[in-house]
Amino acid sequence: MMTTYGRIWKYGDDINTDIIFPGKYTYTLQKIEDIVKHALEDLDPTFAKKVQPGDIIVAGKNFGNGSSREQAVTCIKESGIIAVIATSFARIWYRNAINNGLPAIICPEAVSYAKHGSIGKVELKNQTILIDDKSYNFPKFSSTALNIMEHGSLIKYVQYNLRNKI
Amino acid sequence: MYPQTFVQKILSRSAKLKYAPIGTTIDIIPDRILSHDNTAAIAKIFSQLGIKEVYNPKKLVITLDHAAPPPTPFHARNHDEVRKFVLEQNISHFFEIGRGICHQVISEEALILPGEVILGADSHTTHFGWLGAFGSGIGRTEVAALWATDQIWMRVPESILIQLEGKLNNHVSTKDLCLYLIGKIRSDGGLYSSIEFAGKCITDMSIDSRMVIPNMMAEAGAKNAYLPPDNIVFEWLANKLDNKIDAQELKNRAIYPDEDAKYSKIIKIDLSNIDPQISLPHSVDNTHPVSNAKGQKVHQVFIGTCTNGRLEDISIAAKLLKNKNIAKHTRLLIIPASSEILNSAIKLGYISTLLEAGATLGTPGCGPCMGNHMGIPSAGETCLSTGNRNFRGRMGEPDANIYLAGPAVAAATALTGVITDPREIA
Repeated sequence: MMTTYGRIWKYGDDINTDIIFPGKYTYTLQKIEDIVKHALEDLDPTFAKKVQPGDIIVAGKNFGNGSSREQAVTCIKESGIIAVIATSFARIWYRNAINNGLPAIICPEAVSYAKHGSIGKVELKNQTILIDDKSYNFPKFSSTALNIMEHGSLIKYVQYNLRNKI
Repeated sequence: MYPQTFVQKILSRSAKLKYAPIGTTIDIIPDRILSHDNTAAIAKIFSQLGIKEVYNPKKLVITLDHAAPPPTPFHARNHDEVRKFVLEQNISHFFEIGRGICHQVISEEALILPGEVILGADSHTTHFGWLGAFGSGIGRTEVAALWATDQIWMRVPESILIQLEGKLNNHVSTKDLCLYLIGKIRSDGGLYSSIEFAGKCITDMSIDSRMVIPNMMAEAGAKNAYLPPDNIVFEWLANKLDNKIDAQELKNRAIYPDEDAKYSKIIKIDLSNIDPQISLPHSVDNTHPVSNAKGQKVHQVFIGTCTNGRLEDISIAAKLLKNKNIAKHTRLLIIPASSEILNSAIKLGYISTLLEAGATLGTPGCGPCMGNHMGIPSAGETCLSTGNRNFRGRMGEPDANIYLAGPAVAAATALTGVITDPREIA
């Protein structure tokens, strides 16, 4: 659980996978440190340079629509973002986020209150978001999603299951 | 037993359950697992699992289509890694560069049949609804896990019923229907849902036209889409299978929703009311009748992709451009979705017609659709594409504008050099 606050990067509706991570890099960039440099490149060129560990992305509806490319999650996660809060998520991006241990949180109230540059933090265990002086609750994750995130990623979860032959 | 939607029936069958209520999460076992150029990246994730062999290598289908043949040493190395994995794991359903785009190739090879489930590391895996299968896109990590365990969790989604009636007008195709529908329900209008089509008029549609519909429903956020399969589908597939499974047997395997199944939304569309459509930059749901964009200068027209790179699309372009020249200062790029389509288009004379009109021909594959292969527009240019996405930067250049349309609008536009309503071409 994060104890310090991070900054909010606020964006609009329908933030698609091409502006999160352009398709032209999908087969040329392999190393995560190179992938991170292009995070949100065609949406906000300042993001990759200025993002700090602990920061949070807040966006409107249908975040992550488009391609199944998983770099659209890993470029955000490895940049230090600890959670993405949105009004709604596109389904493949949502699955990819959970499977990579990046909390994708649906909370329209927090989205309407948060501003670019607000400060915030997320407490997964008690399903709470704090933004500036306000606190919001978000609905429980499904038990499958929680299990995966508790193990850190789908890969770690499957490794655990294979070892224990579940 | 409660009445069920298509998706309830097919997912419960795949989970070996008698019944699966909407909203429940179940573990399903897919019949096919699709990956393409991204197979090398998935293999790296798979190797972290500490097991050596894929659980069922016969289920895997792998195509090299996203950057084929490889345009750079990076892409070449990626393909090399995919081929090594194919050999190591003894993958029989492997298709080399030039064979075509995964969704088209798997359809032509009849590697997925009515009533079956296919999951793929590609968002347009919704495509396979054209033959009454469940197709859905998943991420690379999930495919790696599937290779290892053979099963995956899925939430049984709500279904939206799209009730079609009437007949499409001349120069209007199922792409126009899709753009029209997505413009109406928006790019999140089908989020997490199974979009299930119905209507007797589906029987009038060619196989090529049908494939467009579930393919494009990915752009409405759908988990999967479905067209009820009929004898035309069963006979087409039986022919591809050399009747090893005949049309009657395919019909027996098909799944149809119950008449009184419960839908979250019902939308009625009269096909005869649809004009040629166009999506303006930079989102698929920014759709308008083509007349709203009439006269916009276009530098490149691209006819291709898993959405509209089929024989019917090429034939529409060839008929409009026969004995004519495309406009000066406009390029026309034709990339057939598969080698089978290219071969037929050559035999039927369409390729000669198009080359004589001034077109450029590319290798069957995804082409510049997602900015990975040849045909990238320059900054400040406008490209009209028959593809499925026009997001900013989608074709590799963030300062290019992408418009989406069907094959008739694309060909008419290539002829004039500006966005043109095909009904106005004599």
